Amino acid sequence: MSEQNKDDQPIVIARDVHKWFDNFQALKGINMEVKIGEVIVIFGPSGSGKSTFIRTLNRLEEHQRGTIIIDGIELSHDVRNIERVRREIGMVFQQFNLFPHLTVLQNITLAPIWVRRWSKEKADEIAMQLLERVGIPEQAQKFPGQLSGGQQQRVAIARALAMQPKIMLFDEPTSALDPEMIKEVLDVMVELAKSGMTMLVVTHEMGFARAVAHRMYFFDGGLIVESGTPDQIFKNPQQDRTKLFLSQILSH
Amino acid sequence: MTSTSDGVGPPSPPGAMEWIRKNLFSNWYNSLLTILGATVVYFTLINIITWVFNTADWRPVTVAPLLYLVGQYPREELWRAGISLLMVTFLVGMSWGVWKRYVRAFAIFMGILLGILAVFPLETTTITLPIRAFMLINPFLIYLGYRIGRLQSVHGRHVATLWLITLLLIPLVILPGFENSSLLPKVPTTVWGGLLITLLLSVGGIVLSFPIGVLLALGRRSSLPVVKLFSIFFIEVVRGVPLVTILFMFSIILALFLPSESRIDRVIRALMGTVVFSAAYTAENVRGGLQAIPPGQVEAAKAMGLKNFHITILIVLPQALRLVIPTIVGQFISLFKDTTLVYIVGINDLLGIGNAVLNLNPEFVRLQMEVYLFIAVIFWVFSYFMSYASLQLEKALGVGER
Repeated sequence: MSEQNKDDQPIVIARDVHKWFDNFQALKGINMEVKIGEVIVIFGPSGSGKSTFIRTLNRLEEHQRGTIIIDGIELSHDVRNIERVRREIGMVFQQFNLFPHLTVLQNITLAPIWVRRWSKEKADEIAMQLLERVGIPEQAQKFPGQLSGGQQQRVAIARALAMQPKIMLFDEPTSALDPEMIKEVLDVMVELAKSGMTMLVVTHEMGFARAVAHRMYFFDGGLIVESGTPDQIFKNPQQDRTKLFLSQILSH
Repeated sequence: MTSTSDGVGPPSPPGAMEWIRKNLFSNWYNSLLTILGATVVYFTLINIITWVFNTADWRPVTVAPLLYLVGQYPREELWRAGISLLMVTFLVGMSWGVWKRYVRAFAIFMGILLGILAVFPLETTTITLPIRAFMLINPFLIYLGYRIGRLQSVHGRHVATLWLITLLLIPLVILPGFENSSLLPKVPTTVWGGLLITLLLSVGGIVLSFPIGVLLALGRRSSLPVVKLFSIFFIEVVRGVPLVTILFMFSIILALFLPSESRIDRVIRALMGTVVFSAAYTAENVRGGLQAIPPGQVEAAKAMGLKNFHITILIVLPQALRLVIPTIVGQFISLFKDTTLVYIVGINDLLGIGNAVLNLNPEFVRLQMEVYLFIAVIFWVFSYFMSYASLQLEKALGVGER
């Protein structure tokens, strides 16, 4: 198979994904295909299943029906497959989830050292490059508790990138930030998107979506209500629910 | 000289006279209370001091100080206890050199205590000059260990290995010795006693019960049903039974079930009882810490592809254990005091020796106050020190806490 052909293959395939929490059905059949280098923005009201969906992609949540194939590996109960998939997917959380007992540098090098089995020197070197990239190399020896929210989230992005993932998941990365810190995190994400990273981003930052998203998905009630390019979604939404939601979040 | 230009610097602290006036003599009834209180404190102190130095009869203590320290351990073999002490103090010094402020308070406290003991003006024939000299070596050995520990080439893992070897060597080789050995003749545990037994049981109990307790706590949260059920069963059964009962079970019932040739030493049996008891409580305390770790921590670690084992030892346990230091130390302090219960199964720990001394001489029978006070002070010194050390440890570990 030629390289060109391989690039056209979707790296993320989700077919008819269902998920229940006890009796509550969070996902009611999600279909999505993402190609290498695509930036996907997922938005929708809270409780619509958007976070649950991207969490099924690295099996933080287990889907009960349907198929998820990441980079050719199907997610199932096979623990080794799950570990292989997680190594290729970086994730950034709303609450940062940095490890408070480790320094910034240790946070970033932990997984490369213990999962990729890199030497400490190599891991440190790459961690410092990533800290340069997110703009806070001088904070390497501090603890997360000593940083601002925006700095913490940038460390979290560097930590996810340290594993050199093929796909990055962002679960509302700016929702827990003070307004003046949102930009510094979005700047890093825009730079990442332009570098060709495959990204799935759950966010309500419509400016970000307009700037870099290739496609947008509107979730409501565990279903994809509408999808399309940012142009289609913003200028000509087809569904009433999409129109209503956009008017609510764009009105102020 | 710097001066705040706006004149709004912090107010200077009040002088001593001003503080006294403001806090003790602010009005007529406060003055009255101060005078009354001072009188009560004054007479109580005078009474205590006269009792300690004049009225009290300290003979039950001074007649046999060694008895309180090592029990009936043969006096000609006493050097073995001395060597053990030297090994421990040297390692404490090395730990201070390697781990600095985590151990500093402990090392300094130990040095001072042993120094005081060495020169304590106690008129007794049993504490001979060699013994005092031996005691006096210890503070210097701590300092020597400290200097060595600070060397570049000495690492924490070296010191940890030495600790492990020493803690196994002392109770298993140096103190009991071997049959038919001329250098280390056998000393049966029946003659061990006093502070030696108290420390052996409490240090052994703490060191052994801690890892078992952590494993039980993890087991209780395990997804494997067998492991989980066993942990819950063990914890709940042991916590539902008083320590005395457990000690009896291990001393008597265990001995009944095992054939006499494979009989376990009675001190070991008592130690097993303490370990089992303490492990169950440690497990519950650690579980409290485990539950306090936000689920996001585990999710983030999982998302990076870390294995469950690594998540537990690299992410969850370091945070959980830090949270439970105060409770765990509190539990170890009670364990330390609870070791006195082994008196009931016929082991002469510090308290047992005290009771034995009271029965030694008919004149001593009415001197319980002196003996128990003496023992209480020893227990207090160790217990207070443990809580002080835990505070130091918390401060030292507090860096970067959110």
